[in-house]
Amino acid sequence: MLKRYGKSRGKTVSIWFEGQPIQAHEGESVAAALLTSGVKYLRHAQVSAKPRAPYCWMGVCYECLLEIDGEQNQQSCLIAVKDGMRIFRQSSAAENT
Amino acid sequence: MMEKTFDLVIIGAGPAGMAAAVEAAGHKLSVLVLDEQPEAGGQIYRSVNTTERLRPETYALLGDDYQNGKKLQLSFHQTSVTYLSGTVVWLVESDRTVHFLRNGSTNQVTASRLLVATGAQERPVPIPGWTLPGVMGAAAADVLMKSSGVIPSGKIVLAGNGPLLWLTASRLAEAKAEILAVLETINYSNYLRALPCLPQALLANEFLLKGLRMKSVVRKAGIEVLSGVTNLHAEGEEHLQKLHYTHQGKPRIIDVDTLLLHEGVVPNIQLSSQLGCEHDWYELQYYWHPVLDEWGNTSIDGVAVAGDVGIVAGAPVAEASGHLAGLDTAYRLDRISKKQRDDAAKFFRKKIKHNNAIRPFLERLYSPNPEILTPKEDSTLICRCEEITAGQIRKSVELGALDLNGAKAYTRCGMGQCQGRMCGLAAAGIVADTLGKSPREVGFYRGRPPVKPVTLAQLAKDENETIVS
Ligand SMILES: Cc1cc2nc3c(=O)[nH]c(=O)nc-3n(C[C@H](O)[C@H](O)[C@H](O)COP(=O)(O)OP(=O)(O)OC[C@H]3O[C@@H](n4cnc5c(N)ncnc54)[C@H](O)[C@@H]3O)c2cc1C
Ligand code: FES
Repeated sequence: MLKRYGKSRGKTVSIWFEGQPIQAHEGESVAAALLTSGVKYLRHAQVSAKPRAPYCWMGVCYECLLEIDGEQNQQSCLIAVKDGMRIFRQSSAAENT
Repeated sequence: MMEKTFDLVIIGAGPAGMAAAVEAAGHKLSVLVLDEQPEAGGQIYRSVNTTERLRPETYALLGDDYQNGKKLQLSFHQTSVTYLSGTVVWLVESDRTVHFLRNGSTNQVTASRLLVATGAQERPVPIPGWTLPGVMGAAAADVLMKSSGVIPSGKIVLAGNGPLLWLTASRLAEAKAEILAVLETINYSNYLRALPCLPQALLANEFLLKGLRMKSVVRKAGIEVLSGVTNLHAEGEEHLQKLHYTHQGKPRIIDVDTLLLHEGVVPNIQLSSQLGCEHDWYELQYYWHPVLDEWGNTSIDGVAVAGDVGIVAGAPVAEASGHLAGLDTAYRLDRISKKQRDDAAKFFRKKIKHNNAIRPFLERLYSPNPEILTPKEDSTLICRCEEITAGQIRKSVELGALDLNGAKAYTRCGMGQCQGRMCGLAAAGIVADTLGKSPREVGFYRGRPPVKPVTLAQLAKDENETIVS
């Protein structure tokens, strides 16, 4: 559960998460934009498929991996939002078996 | 395949990397700086330019310590240095060929000399339930403020110890976030241990004053502060709901939405260990770090290290050590004489000495919580990627694992995407404890390429791309 601090933000951009439009602001990371919009988790754990969300916010933990614009395994805490970005959760190994 | 050579390639554009680049470029060396973040600044000055431009309220909130980064960033950008942002270094060879990933394709350069300035990471804090959404690092929350102008909403608890715990607590308190408590995992014995180092720390009393100011911001906001907290345990189904802990022998439970954990920061040694540099175990703060000479040179010819990746000492020391590495590079590549190097170094050595005066005190006061160094409960997850528990790691030792790499082979702990960054220290603690050895004796994961995941498609895209700054 995250929220934006301060009223002045970068200009509004629209991104798509799991097919739904989400409003974000220029200069925010994809992970931050999603979690401030009420998204509660970003991936499923590899074995148990339990929900996971960002832990380190700096590229270390890989809990923020998403498919962004067709590319798998993107560290969404390091990637800034762009207008029209299409973002999906990835399926875990547990779900594939 | 693109091939290009630089006098100096620097990995990391934090205070250490930026200062080294400024110094080296000043002596007419050709310099390439690679950093995975969208903007130069490292952890302390993350997104300082973007924040000023787009999020003035956050910029004001983060204060002088953050805003000062603008100066270094500006002088960095005024040099002739080639700087590539959004660039992940995934492999470095001992002949100083650096492989990196940028815009979805791989590329490589060679360096006459290489500087690893990859900084530190927050020490992972494996308490029961730490994988629940809602639990994250306290310095991570600080990075989130900087990189996106975002703070936790709902009820927040900070737990652990260290200057960055207090920094985050004070910044969130000033942001009027709903902090229920700061739970310190240190107790009076830490103070007793640190006390003999206080006179020396007073030589750098500006840091002590800063610490007192952060604590007073938290107390003035009416936030409960408890010390000597043990048995932290996060609980929830799909998301964090409750935090259990023990204080003065009594178990307590509170409802909470966000738990921010912190037990200090540790060097980010993936690249230095992948290169095969000699490392040593630092018992006081419980981490591995590369062994360096007084200029930051490692045991591998032509490879130096600057900043927190060498030993965690904060931004001013990181910056000064970057200058020392830059000066030594200029000397070794015949741009300046030995005397010029040594004379210019005096100013930076003085700065390092002054800033380091506080360290013996801080490192004794804020020693990492023993409960997370060797997690006792068998069910606690240690490896977040492969979901390996403390019990499974203990079991691997009973089955015959003789060191950390043995336990990795038995359990897959450390083989996931994070390459052991999240589990390494705790797993080593458990293996050492089970064997009755010290962590120094059980070793650390061999840093294997790629240190960051690279796909075959990305490798296939290795093109005759030219580098543009
Ligand atoms: C999460 C966090 C927050 C912190 N916040 C503060 C703070 O607010 N105030 C404070 O005084 N201290 C803070 N610190 C302490 C901080 O480590 C030092 O103050 C200072 O930033 C160290 O400078 P450095 O140049 O050594 O490393 P860093 O500033 O960490 O810079 C290292 C750089 O290397 C890059 N990098 C690492 N690996 C790779 C790779 N494989 N490929 C490409 N690039 C790579 C990183 O992106 C980073 O920009 C923080 C530390 C952490 C871990
Ligand atoms: S949140 Fe840890 S890597 Fe992105």
